[in-house]
Amino acid sequence: MATTITMPQLGETVTEGTVERWLKKPGDAIDKYEAFVEVSTDKVNSEVPSPVTGTIREFLIGEGTTVATGTPIAIIDEVAAADPTAPPSSRAAMAQSANAEPVPGFNIPQIQVKPAAASAPAPASTNGHSAAKPEPVHVGTPEQALRGVSPAVRRLAREHQIDVGAIRGTGANGRVTAEDVLAASRAAPARPASGTSTYGEPVPGTLIPLAGARRIIAERMVESKHAAPHAWSMVEADVTNAWKWRAREKDDFERETGYKLTLLPFFIRAVVESLGAFPLMNARFAAPSGSSGQAGIYVEKDVNIGIAIGLATNLVVPVVKHADKLSIKGIAIASGELIDRARKNKLSADDLQGGTFTVNNNGANGSYASAPIINAGQAGIVTMEAIVKKPIVTEEDAIAIRHMMNVCLSLDHRVVDGYVASRFLADLKRRLEAMGPAGAL
Amino acid sequence: MAVSASSKVMNNVETVRETLYEAMKNDDRTVILGEDVGDRGNVFLITKDFVKEFGPERVIDTPIAEASIVGIAVGMAMEGLRPIAEIQFADFIYPAFNQIVGEAAKTRYRSNGEYTCPLVIRTPYGGGVRGALSHSVSIEALFYHVPGLKIVAPAFPADVKGLLNAAIDDPDPVLFLEHKKTYRLIKGEVPGGHYTIPLGKADVKKAGTQLTVVSYGLYVHWALEAANQLETEGISVEVVDLRSIRPMDRGTILQSVRKTRKLLIVHEDNKFGGVGAEISAMVAEEALFDLDAPIRRHCAPDVPAMGYALPLEEEYMSSPGEMAEAMREMVRF
Repeated sequence: MATTITMPQLGETVTEGTVERWLKKPGDAIDKYEAFVEVSTDKVNSEVPSPVTGTIREFLIGEGTTVATGTPIAIIDEVAAADPTAPPSSRAAMAQSANAEPVPGFNIPQIQVKPAAASAPAPASTNGHSAAKPEPVHVGTPEQALRGVSPAVRRLAREHQIDVGAIRGTGANGRVTAEDVLAASRAAPARPASGTSTYGEPVPGTLIPLAGARRIIAERMVESKHAAPHAWSMVEADVTNAWKWRAREKDDFERETGYKLTLLPFFIRAVVESLGAFPLMNARFAAPSGSSGQAGIYVEKDVNIGIAIGLATNLVVPVVKHADKLSIKGIAIASGELIDRARKNKLSADDLQGGTFTVNNNGANGSYASAPIINAGQAGIVTMEAIVKKPIVTEEDAIAIRHMMNVCLSLDHRVVDGYVASRFLADLKRRLEAMGPAGAL
Repeated sequence: MAVSASSKVMNNVETVRETLYEAMKNDDRTVILGEDVGDRGNVFLITKDFVKEFGPERVIDTPIAEASIVGIAVGMAMEGLRPIAEIQFADFIYPAFNQIVGEAAKTRYRSNGEYTCPLVIRTPYGGGVRGALSHSVSIEALFYHVPGLKIVAPAFPADVKGLLNAAIDDPDPVLFLEHKKTYRLIKGEVPGGHYTIPLGKADVKKAGTQLTVVSYGLYVHWALEAANQLETEGISVEVVDLRSIRPMDRGTILQSVRKTRKLLIVHEDNKFGGVGAEISAMVAEEALFDLDAPIRRHCAPDVPAMGYALPLEEEYMSSPGEMAEAMREMVRF
């Protein structure tokens, strides 16, 4: 089995690459993922790994040659298929002598496995048989391939935000079944709000047993703080105009909807817009899971904002789904409903699922700065701190009394770096300060 | 199905007989034609004495010429009669392929609705009866590809009656498959009076939660036997009796698969291109993200025919034991 290696596309906009240096020579053995060529483009220089284990049969272009991405550059015989006595193919000779013009009609996708006879005309050997001996490709049994994650498991795990890799499978060979995901979901902290008070009246000198939501909160906080390296940053925003806007609207809004209009929906709207501008902040670190789970940064499709709500002994984080599709008024109604249900202990499991980023209105009780813990499975959390009237120096060097609010951000440093985070915060500050005092909710 | 006061226990062959008798009595346009349906009263005695009561003009013995049987019946149907043609054994239906596929199924379409073809073609099919090459075949896959043709394959006497009545009432051609091993083996309560069961409606014969088994014909009974055995092992299997092969009841299948997340299809016909192929393709298209295991088809091997020798016949046919094992593997997966 011969594998034709094509010029990789090293970057979205890159259309061609130059073979800077071959790191191997024909006849050399090569392992899968071992670098065999150094390719340069106008953007990057990179060593390109082999997709297969085998023997290098031939290079189709010379060093210093530039070809279009997708152009075949080498042929590697996969293990056991090599025939060292086979002379270089006529195509290779032609390609080398012609300094490797891309062969028209040969612009095949990056890496294609095809029989040797198809990728290079096989020279007839003396006994009249083709020199190429196609070998079966071993990809494991279907059971092995499927042992990882079935479509149903994949969907349920996503819906219930369950890490499949963390579940003990009860299926054949330890496979995680759909039922396992559902069982894990039932056991998971999906509904801390449904519990009763997590502890009773504290009595000095006694141990309050860890139970219910308290235990889950404890576990999740440790898990998040342990797994996600937290970084922290803060900006101060002038929310005077947003404050005035809210003041102007709040009576009408309350009459119309029955909910109080706080600054929270204004803040959430600004956060959502900033997340749109910085999608990496609306992402999560995906740890390797199961046999097919890949590590990486998963950028969320939806923008679902969790709102941290402190109850007497408990913390719940119901989620405003698709917050990016809602106006300030829409967010105000949605969050009003959630807060109402949280206080009445009536949140459903669905209310608590699917958050992609969290907002914590920590300033309600006067906090001036805080370092929140990220909700596990998200890239960050922001707090609204207390809104305080402060004297500030304006652009015009005048001293003015303005409504100032600190915004604190904790971020998962595995997902983003301070560079992105600080620009995100600056963007959020700009949006907050641009809100109001006029406008429609 | 509610059992009415006048219901009685019958086997499948008695049910076919009684349903045909009622059709002959209730509608003068009904005509039965086929080999040995007259004096001989059909090889399974389904039309015994019909010719005495209804006369040779309505119970017509034909030559051994299947193309003619169906061809004549198509003409009768187009001109206003309600023919019920019989192919003595499904194994002999091939000469009538053109009349069924090329004529009957296309009559409505080619005449732009001016003509319909209210024809029922009954035929015993299936193996497990030491019928060897020429008395064992399953023919449904050869015909279910054809739009314009309905195919019914009931398993239970009550379904036989309701579906045969519906087939006779239907304005278009229906291929009515009767599994010959079930003829006298399967008995069941059959409601009295005239009733129909809609063509194209499957029936959940046993509810379950861990695996959906879809089947039709004789294998529904075996699948139920296996599922009931598994029930004693704490395994819950849902058995869907397709009843109609075309139109196919996609809704019932999908609803069940979405619940159990696993699908096993068992049929006696060959696996390649069989009815199971369409069911699995449909489920893969519509319910992939509900599946927690690869779809599995437990079907006959792709050999040209069922052998006469008992070991060969047993190798070709499945069994409740084999089905139970396949079900266990699926549930364990």
